[in-house]
Amino acid sequence: MTLLDFALGPGLKWSLLIMIAGLTWRVVGVFLGRWRRDLSRPRSEAVVQGGLRTIITRSAPARELEKNIRFQHITGYIWHIGFFATVLLFEPHIAFFESVLGFAWPGLPSHLALVVAAITLAVLVMLTLRRMIHPVMRMITSTDDYVSLIIIISAMVTGIMASTHMFPRYETILAVHILNVELLFIWIPFSKLGHLFFWLLSRYRIGSYFERKGVKA
Amino acid sequence: MPKDQNLGEYLRLQGVSRRGFLKFCSATASLMALPPSAVAQVAEALATARRPSVIWLSFQECTGCTESLTRSHAPTVESLIFDAISLDYHHTLQAAAGHGAEAAREAAQEENKGEYILVVDGSIPVGNPAYSTIAGISNLDMLKNAAQDCFAIVAVGTCAAFGGLPNANPNPTGAVSVSEIIKDKPIINVSGCPPIPAVITGVLAHFLTFGSIPELDSLGRPAAFFGQNIHDRCYRRPFYERGQFAATFDDEGARKGWCLYKLGCKGPTTYNACATVKWNQGTGFPIQAGHGCIGCSEPNFWDKGGFYSPISAGMWGTREQLLGAAAVGAALGVGSAIAARRRQKKAQETVL
Ligand code: SF4
Ligand code: SF4
Repeated sequence: MTLLDFALGPGLKWSLLIMIAGLTWRVVGVFLGRWRRDLSRPRSEAVVQGGLRTIITRSAPARELEKNIRFQHITGYIWHIGFFATVLLFEPHIAFFESVLGFAWPGLPSHLALVVAAITLAVLVMLTLRRMIHPVMRMITSTDDYVSLIIIISAMVTGIMASTHMFPRYETILAVHILNVELLFIWIPFSKLGHLFFWLLSRYRIGSYFERKGVKA
Repeated sequence: MPKDQNLGEYLRLQGVSRRGFLKFCSATASLMALPPSAVAQVAEALATARRPSVIWLSFQECTGCTESLTRSHAPTVESLIFDAISLDYHHTLQAAAGHGAEAAREAAQEENKGEYILVVDGSIPVGNPAYSTIAGISNLDMLKNAAQDCFAIVAVGTCAAFGGLPNANPNPTGAVSVSEIIKDKPIINVSGCPPIPAVITGVLAHFLTFGSIPELDSLGRPAAFFGQNIHDRCYRRPFYERGQFAATFDDEGARKGWCLYKLGCKGPTTYNACATVKWNQGTGFPIQAGHGCIGCSEPNFWDKGGFYSPISAGMWGTREQLLGAAAVGAALGVGSAIAARRRQKKAQETVL
């Protein structure tokens, strides 16, 4: 069995299984755990609207803070959009999703996807360096963040190397890229990267909670 | 062709002009990635080469490799070179059969001890040797016997090189490649299902010219022919870069000659000379005919998840397995929620 056979066979299968088991474990665990009973009188009954509103309002920084975090805000968006464009619109990736989901969607020309990936990677590297230098950022960055950054940056580097054939053996670098992404699959449920799946849930929860308390945030 | 005649004389008698011969030599030199200055050397060596003795053993195979080499539309210089070797034994091509033929093989082995080239096509069944025998001799025994005194072995076709189709899961005959049995002789794997004829003759020409074996890649294949990636040389590559893919074999993309990646083309992970040397006297190659590369020159190409599924699709299991994983996760979630509740209750009790 070659490295690529392993990556595309057992590696892919087990990493997906672990990711799915891990994600359901987290969601079910949170929902079935004991929720603190709120004995106070609700200030507002519109908890659902509050939850949904927060999903949207949290997508932009609070007006008071905007000036201070504009850089983080904009680069954060560039990186997230770039990342998803690369993951979801690069044709070989679509072929992968189609094999799992059963349907496909139109993608970007490969060289355009490559440009997007390169910009995204540059922004991410810059954000990582900033995290390491900026005193406040440094304090709020944990090992969890660094591990996530290393896995994502290396997945992007190996992906770019594979798609440009910038390594003598395409199948080797492709295998390394796929294994790297499988590591990411396994890491997602057990790290802060869980926000990939939980961001909507957690925003909704905070929003409805605040609404009930009459907090406008 | 008489044994003492040299190759140059033989080709001239067959009506091959000096010009045609030199053309072949320069094509072969460029195929072998030799500098232009080597053409004269190749021509000189080939013209004066004596006929090397070749013993060709066919084991578990479909005869496609021999067909590939001998069924050229018109006799080419390649096929004449092939005629010019002293093919002392070839199950499929020789008239003799049975014990008489085996006696001839043994005589040729004895006469050319240490000098003959052993060509093998087909895999060797070691699970149960009775699956393939010749004159009552198992393939395994015959290979060991013939390999003993040879100069080098050329494993022609993916079966001889890597086990081939007979080795596909569940491998009922216990088929293995030549290199899994013979460890003490140089082995050149000319893989492909079948291999390109020019590659087979190219390897023979290398023997004749330099008297040595060519440089090999990590899978024992001549690097000059198998150093090229199909995808890197494919004329459909611009469509791949532009993201233009045929989604079915009869859609507009297919008609316009777009990239076949989504139809399962294995070009990106396949090393062979198809995209440059081409087939049928340079007419074209499978991708040009509208079908993706199936990676026939790579080990285990038949067990890689389907010829029509894209490389990036992977073998991720079934939807049921994913649902099963979700069920396991849910069970774990329930378990950890119960444990957490207990902990919280205990903590509350201690506080109270
Ligand atoms: S047809 Fe195959 S080899 Fe050619 S560019 Fe597309 S994927 Fe690559
Ligand atoms: S294009 Fe691919 S499958 Fe076809 S003959 Fe060449 S290596 Fe084999």
